[in-house]
Amino acid sequence: MEVRELICIGCPLGCPLTVKIDGDQMDVSGNTCKRGDDYARKEVLSPTRIVTSSVHVAGGAIEMVSVKTKEDIPKGKIFEIMDEIRQVTIPAPVAIGDVVIADCAGTGVPVIATKNVAKA
Amino acid sequence: MTAHDIVIIGGGPAGLAAAVAARKAGIQDILILERDNCLGGILNQCIHNGFGLHTFKEELTGPEYASRYIDMVEEEKIPYKLNTMVIDINKDKEVTVINREDGLTTIKAKAIILAMGCRERARGALNIPGYRPAGIYSAGTAQRLMNIEGYSVGKEVVILGSGDIGLIMARRMTLEGAKVKVVAELMPYSGGLKRNIVQCLDDYGIPLKLSHTVVNIEGKERVTGITLAEVGPDRKPIPGTEEHYACDTLLLSVGLLPENELSKGIGVSMSRITSGPEVNDQLETSAEGVFACGNVLHVHDLVDYVSEEATLAGTNAAEYVRAGKEREAGHMVELKAENGVRYTVPQSIDVNNMQDKITVRFRVADVYKDRYISVYYDGVQISKRKKKVLAPGEMEQVVLKKDSFADYPDLKNIVICTEVE
Repeated sequence: MEVRELICIGCPLGCPLTVKIDGDQMDVSGNTCKRGDDYARKEVLSPTRIVTSSVHVAGGAIEMVSVKTKEDIPKGKIFEIMDEIRQVTIPAPVAIGDVVIADCAGTGVPVIATKNVAKA
Repeated sequence: MTAHDIVIIGGGPAGLAAAVAARKAGIQDILILERDNCLGGILNQCIHNGFGLHTFKEELTGPEYASRYIDMVEEEKIPYKLNTMVIDINKDKEVTVINREDGLTTIKAKAIILAMGCRERARGALNIPGYRPAGIYSAGTAQRLMNIEGYSVGKEVVILGSGDIGLIMARRMTLEGAKVKVVAELMPYSGGLKRNIVQCLDDYGIPLKLSHTVVNIEGKERVTGITLAEVGPDRKPIPGTEEHYACDTLLLSVGLLPENELSKGIGVSMSRITSGPEVNDQLETSAEGVFACGNVLHVHDLVDYVSEEATLAGTNAAEYVRAGKEREAGHMVELKAENGVRYTVPQSIDVNNMQDKITVRFRVADVYKDRYISVYYDGVQISKRKKKVLAPGEMEQVVLKKDSFADYPDLKNIVICTEVE
């Protein structure tokens, strides 16, 4: 049986989690909510993260607009996604939720704006 | 001179939540003063996610969290002035402000809410030897340059201090292609949230060196390298432990300081531990009708708690304006922080006139394992709660209920402390 100690990143509480892995069986303890259980199972099987960054805006009131992957993406894809995000410039105006990249790095997950930027 | 019922100093998360709460409590005449060119404060540059789980039950980025409150302020049509700097507040609650449209003007307020936030401790406060080249930034300055202004800050980076902004910037710079070589922390524990160590350092293989500090900065025009050394229990560098790192950038994430120059001008009494005003259970300072909330009161770990605190300050300021006078003095009791609890906010409670319950927030002095957080009324233990881990980087809280004071008519003090058993 394998035992893994994790820190939950589901929220800023950062609960210390213990995952006991026995073949297909997983036993999670130390979590104080459901998110902790979900996180531990995912982290052991296929860890994912939300990626946040910012991209240039053309003709905007400010230079940059912040963006994020709409959902969490496989951890191993982070740098591939960043390479795509770095290529992008979007025209103003931008509204929260606007799609910046429709499908980032073949994950099927869009990158969306997280800030409103008016035209200059 | 113009006059307003409530003037709020600062349009960040605290000021916005206070304004919305004051309006919902029935005050029409509110004015927010903000020195930046937009509302939202520091959230605008905190583009990472993790905000709002308590407040909105979903995980938002900083700008998204800010926009929720900015939308509420716009919907409520609460007036605000941007690019407007408050330069003085006097004891008569006259606020001196300056901006390009109005020049120098004075605003008379019935109530004031202090929501100025905090600023970063800078290199000058640390006495790091060495040259003064370009390439040394506070972590928050680097964050603003990258995320809002769109500059690249550096390619090879060393970070001193493991506060949350330093950890977040370690990841941010790595994602933008920089090599973050090490994060050094003077203390034997990190000042940041555990989750940030996991998702900002561990995820990217960035080493965290505890009990280490920068003892030299090299480079005349631009940083070319720094020297790290281990420190002993006295936090002094240990000779012979020096290690050299070639780098072009040094980020400092070495603490936040509540920005209270204006509060001192009013003459409110200040806490030497929080560096913020001392407040009662209404979050009112020692100056009548002057309330405080957010990072200007004490540095928070989560914006959700800032919003909660500011909502209380806004509601109470509204109540003060409506009554036209201070709450009648009831039975004021001091809160004492003991045995590992560094401070409490509020510092005193009116046990007769308080709301049904109040949240007391505090931080601990060191990393503790398997300790209880206990509350005593005049030496009698009222509650205890076991915590597996307590750390200075994370705010703790206890909730005190009004009816718990019914059996203590002559209560003199409330003690909040940590205990081993």
